[in-house]
Amino acid sequence: MTEAPPKIRIRGLSKTFGTKIVLDSLDLDVPAGRGFVVIGGSGSGKSVLIKCILGLIEPDAGTIEIDGRNVLSMHRSEREAVNRRIGMLFQQGALFDSLPVWENVAFGLLARRMMRRAEAKPRAIEILAQVGLGPDVADLYPSELSGGMQKRVALARAIAAQPDLIFFDEPTTGLDPIMGAIIDALIVEQVERLGATAFSITHDMASAQRIGNEIAMIHKGKIIWQGPAERIYDSGNPYVDQFVRGRSTGPITMEVRG
Amino acid sequence: MNALRDLLAAIGRGVLGLVSAAGSVALFAAVALSHVVRPPFYPRLLARQMMEIGYFSLPVVALTAIFSGMVLALQSYTGFARFSAEGSVATVVVLSITRELGPVLAGLMVAGRIGAAIAAELGTMRVTDQIDALTTLSTNPIKYLVVPRLVAATIVLPLLVIVADILGVLGGFIVGVAKLEFNPATYMQRTWQFLEVQDVVSGLVKAAVFGFIIALMGCYQGYHSRGGAQGVGAATTNAVVSASILILTFNYVITELFFAR
Repeated sequence: MTEAPPKIRIRGLSKTFGTKIVLDSLDLDVPAGRGFVVIGGSGSGKSVLIKCILGLIEPDAGTIEIDGRNVLSMHRSEREAVNRRIGMLFQQGALFDSLPVWENVAFGLLARRMMRRAEAKPRAIEILAQVGLGPDVADLYPSELSGGMQKRVALARAIAAQPDLIFFDEPTTGLDPIMGAIIDALIVEQVERLGATAFSITHDMASAQRIGNEIAMIHKGKIIWQGPAERIYDSGNPYVDQFVRGRSTGPITMEVRG
Repeated sequence: MNALRDLLAAIGRGVLGLVSAAGSVALFAAVALSHVVRPPFYPRLLARQMMEIGYFSLPVVALTAIFSGMVLALQSYTGFARFSAEGSVATVVVLSITRELGPVLAGLMVAGRIGAAIAAELGTMRVTDQIDALTTLSTNPIKYLVVPRLVAATIVLPLLVIVADILGVLGGFIVGVAKLEFNPATYMQRTWQFLEVQDVVSGLVKAAVFGFIIALMGCYQGYHSRGGAQGVGAATTNAVVSASILILTFNYVITELFFAR
């Protein structure tokens, strides 16, 4: 029996900003249909990694395959077709503050010409219900919502087009622990419902364990450990051990600029 | 010797930076223009920008034009009275307004109001990941954010300048008749007597170019802003300053093209 091909396969991915090496010939396989989490400290290259996969930053070298096809060598139209099957939840939500909530949620559906405006609003209200928001929220603007509600709307927008690959950038940042747990539960529920692959980056260990079946740790632009989520506190890797236990001493030294 | 070398190096860096920035703006403009003719189109966004840039700029442009026309009549009367040419006031007012003051003042006022607003809006969208979010939602940010603003400003500025021309002439007329005691019919007759189509057309061409410049600089600076609130603030300032300088520069160039003998 052959092993299923990974949803995302990354080889030799490198990115440098000026003299700072952010991604250093990084290799990574993300299995399909599971919750995959990349952990790492601030400045370890997590956000750049996710932006490279999404095509928001062009890497200096390497390949990124999604479903076996290298997205870096694709023509723009092919890349857009791949992006149509991808959802993304940004760290701060990145909701369009000039649009009401329902238009934010239906934005991808309208942009991809999947439905007309008249049909899009009821559909947006249905999707809002899936993330626990009532129809009264639909006509509000993002600035009128609390942080937790904004995160729910951002999640609704990410799942609206029923993607098979969803990215989550620090999904619990800025939320209290209870709301963080609620958002994580919603993420797991919606990802399972869609049968999608979830790729998350976080430094919140509680969140990582809730949403991840498999965890990888990035340090100085390289993946230094990858394994099942239940082994994260028993990894045998001193870097992972220091990070997950939040110890100030160990092999990881934080750069502090005066 | 070292001081001279440092000075030359600093000048060289400045020139290279300027050339690089000009190239970057030109490339941005070329990419945006290439999207103007390619679908999808966003008529709803275009209409909204036309309202924002045109309709809501009317009060500020109208007030600027009417007071400029009034002061122009007063000043030219004072000057022309010294060699008994008071009769030329109406002609000077209409030519100055249609050829220069209408488009330039409207351009500068709109650069302050709209150029800054565009840079601040796009800059905030950039630093809060909203522009990246557009890309992940299969929407080209240039097409969605930049093209409607560029097209709207290029269409709307000439319309604003037509209003500015009319009100500027009206301002001169009010001062000419009410304060300088010109005969209303004579004043209007002198206004039309020497006015040519080219005078108005040159002003409207200028306005279209200024509209394009204002939206381009606002979009460029906002789109490329970095570093949070401070970056957005810098983008807003740069948008207004660069648009104002370019408006004055292109004003000369277009005047040369239309009227150089």
